[in-house]
Amino acid sequence: MANQMPTSTHTIQVYKLFERIWHWSQAASIFVLIFTGLAIHGTHSLIDFGTAVSVHTAVALALLLLWVFAVFWLFTTGQWRHYIPTTKNFLQVARYYAFGIFKGENHPYHKTYLRKHNPLQAMTYLLVKIVIFPAIWISGIAYLLVSIGQGDFLGGIGMEYIALFHSVAAIAVIVFIIAHIYLLTTGHSFIEHVRPMITGNDEVELTVEELAFIMSDEPQKLKVDSSDE
Amino acid sequence: MRKHRQLPGSLLLPYFTFLTLYLLISVLGGSAAVAKHEPTIEMGISEYSKTDQDHAVPARAADGDSKSTTDHATLKELAGPFFSGPEVTKACLECHNKAGAQFIKNKHWTWKYTHPVTKQKLGKSVLVNNFCTNARGNEGMCAQCHAGYGYKDDSFDFSNQENIDCLICHESTGSYYKTPNSSGNKACSIMFEGKQPIEWAKVAQSVRMPGRNNCGKCHFYGGGGDNVKHGDLSSALFMPDKTVDIHMDAEGLDFSCVTCHVGEGHEWAGSRYEMTVDDKVGTGKPGMPREVATCESCHDATPHDIASITGNKLNSHTSKVACETCHIPEIAKGGVATEVEWDWRTMGKLKDGEGFKLKEYTQGDGKHRATYKSIKGDFKYAENINPMYAWFDGTMNYTTIDTKFDPAKGPVEINSFSGSADDPGSRIYPFKRMKTTQPYDKGNNTLVYMELWGDTDSALWGNYDFAKSIKAGMEKFNLPYSGEWGFVETHSYWPINHMVAPKENALACNECHSSEGRLSHIDGVYMPATGKNRWLDIIGLLVILGTLGGVLGHAAIRGIATKRRRS
Repeated sequence: MANQMPTSTHTIQVYKLFERIWHWSQAASIFVLIFTGLAIHGTHSLIDFGTAVSVHTAVALALLLLWVFAVFWLFTTGQWRHYIPTTKNFLQVARYYAFGIFKGENHPYHKTYLRKHNPLQAMTYLLVKIVIFPAIWISGIAYLLVSIGQGDFLGGIGMEYIALFHSVAAIAVIVFIIAHIYLLTTGHSFIEHVRPMITGNDEVELTVEELAFIMSDEPQKLKVDSSDE
Repeated sequence: MRKHRQLPGSLLLPYFTFLTLYLLISVLGGSAAVAKHEPTIEMGISEYSKTDQDHAVPARAADGDSKSTTDHATLKELAGPFFSGPEVTKACLECHNKAGAQFIKNKHWTWKYTHPVTKQKLGKSVLVNNFCTNARGNEGMCAQCHAGYGYKDDSFDFSNQENIDCLICHESTGSYYKTPNSSGNKACSIMFEGKQPIEWAKVAQSVRMPGRNNCGKCHFYGGGGDNVKHGDLSSALFMPDKTVDIHMDAEGLDFSCVTCHVGEGHEWAGSRYEMTVDDKVGTGKPGMPREVATCESCHDATPHDIASITGNKLNSHTSKVACETCHIPEIAKGGVATEVEWDWRTMGKLKDGEGFKLKEYTQGDGKHRATYKSIKGDFKYAENINPMYAWFDGTMNYTTIDTKFDPAKGPVEINSFSGSADDPGSRIYPFKRMKTTQPYDKGNNTLVYMELWGDTDSALWGNYDFAKSIKAGMEKFNLPYSGEWGFVETHSYWPINHMVAPKENALACNECHSSEGRLSHIDGVYMPATGKNRWLDIIGLLVILGTLGGVLGHAAIRGIATKRRRS
């Protein structure tokens, strides 16, 4: 078993430039979409309804394009494997958030070269990618099609239910974001969690084989950790 | 220098008189009450002593048919002399030898209309409205707006083409006028005094395609005064600026009425009995003539810019919302008020035995409007008002003289209309609603005809007696009358199509997309931002607050646990 093999901790690049651009532009888009979406729903009137509709539509279309690139990237680079659900360490991580965290225990999971997310994270992100996001863009595209008069085949559903579905999916996104941001405050510190998504680098446990592979094939990925104790 | 267009000549004199008086009073330091150029109380019941001549606006070049292949002024057939209208008509029909047969089928002549859908027999000759109530039996007065000569009662010969009044629609001097076809009560006798005789040859030679002055003379004054009836048709449209009507803007597009109300053979488009609400044809193929007056016939059903998100979104509205709903955000614009309430119950108050008018409403253009008339009762006016909105499929149903209603069930709908969100042919449409309290037959629960006009002792105008007037009005047509009358509240609905605003003044999105929006009462269509799905809001809020509470709780326990460990 891998965790019984001798490992060493190294700072390597875990998030590629595309991944980081994807993450932050998606984050910005989602905040704009939530803000304008709530205006369209009538929750606030901080911006004019017409402006909200235009911005919401334009940003949503841009985000859809980004997702097309992201899906292409995930499958061509093999990065999609990070999101395969796993039961390994799942209970330990869940137990940590429910109890261990209050007792001052250390996070039971350490990033590995092939699993940059902990099992709970991987499952959540998978859920977001295959349930919540599709729910929002399928309903959003349906809404747009009706808007431009191309949605007759959706006539049986009705705008009201398409909008309801879209709103429910949006609530799920908001819930995800609240939890996502909150979990950044757990562990060492908020900045510790955010930094890898900015610089791309994080401490990862590498097996001897992984280290040897990186040193020979991708030496630029291995960062010299100046702050090493 | 540009002429001061906003002040019609008729206003200049009173305006300067007022200005002079005002200056005199202020300079002399007199303690006289504020000068008014018209008294609040005006004795007499004349409807037209001051206004009738004002109806006539001199023709402008733009009104004329400058590309006509005939200059009628040079025709020897029109040299005259003529001594009456029918003589002129005879001359017209000598050349235009199909015009007469065409026109006697027109509503402006027949005053009759059989509704193609409801099969109801409608038209001015039979309908009861909630203004002066009925033209029937009062044609002597009302038929001043009939495009014929001598229509004073049912004996009028509707097959005699020589009685067609060509001039009312085609003359362009503005000096042509009509007087009642029969005499009224002596109290009304001063109504039409002091008019210049008509110069028949001159008006005959001035004929051209109808200008807005021709149509406006009657249609701007429907219901007995300026903009009384429609709300979107008033004397403000004689010389409007573009904020009042983008199409009729005197310095812009300068459309006449017949630019949109097109047609051939003396039949033209535009009916409020059976309206084209869902125009499926749109502009048609290039060069294809379309005899409809819809917005779509020029602008298409998807006129907004398809290169923009907003444009696409607006185009998708047109399957549910009529063009007029967004593009006519206000009616009774341009300084001319419309009547919104009429109360007949107060009819008949006299001063020293004489009828009078109380003019206590001053409208935007400075004119005083009668809030009380002895012959009609009390009025309420409004200006720059939002229309009301409802689903409408174009078909109007009327409460006619023989329709029984239950007065206990609330106001009687003079005209009601069908339409719903489920019907693809319906649109959310703007209307002006008129609310009136008028007499009805209390025993039979029907509306009534009143004898308003005439030199009799039962005519309301002069005798001020509802009982006699209703009895005479009903008996004249052998209609059942119980002999018992009362008052009932009535509503009528006037579809709004005119006074289209410039596009920058069209309704903003949030006028409807908000919780208290203009369409908040409209059912059957999803409108974001109206906050109608309360459950979604409540559950969504609970879920989000629950999540926030969850993480805050988690954080709090973490904080407490850390403190305990440290201590």
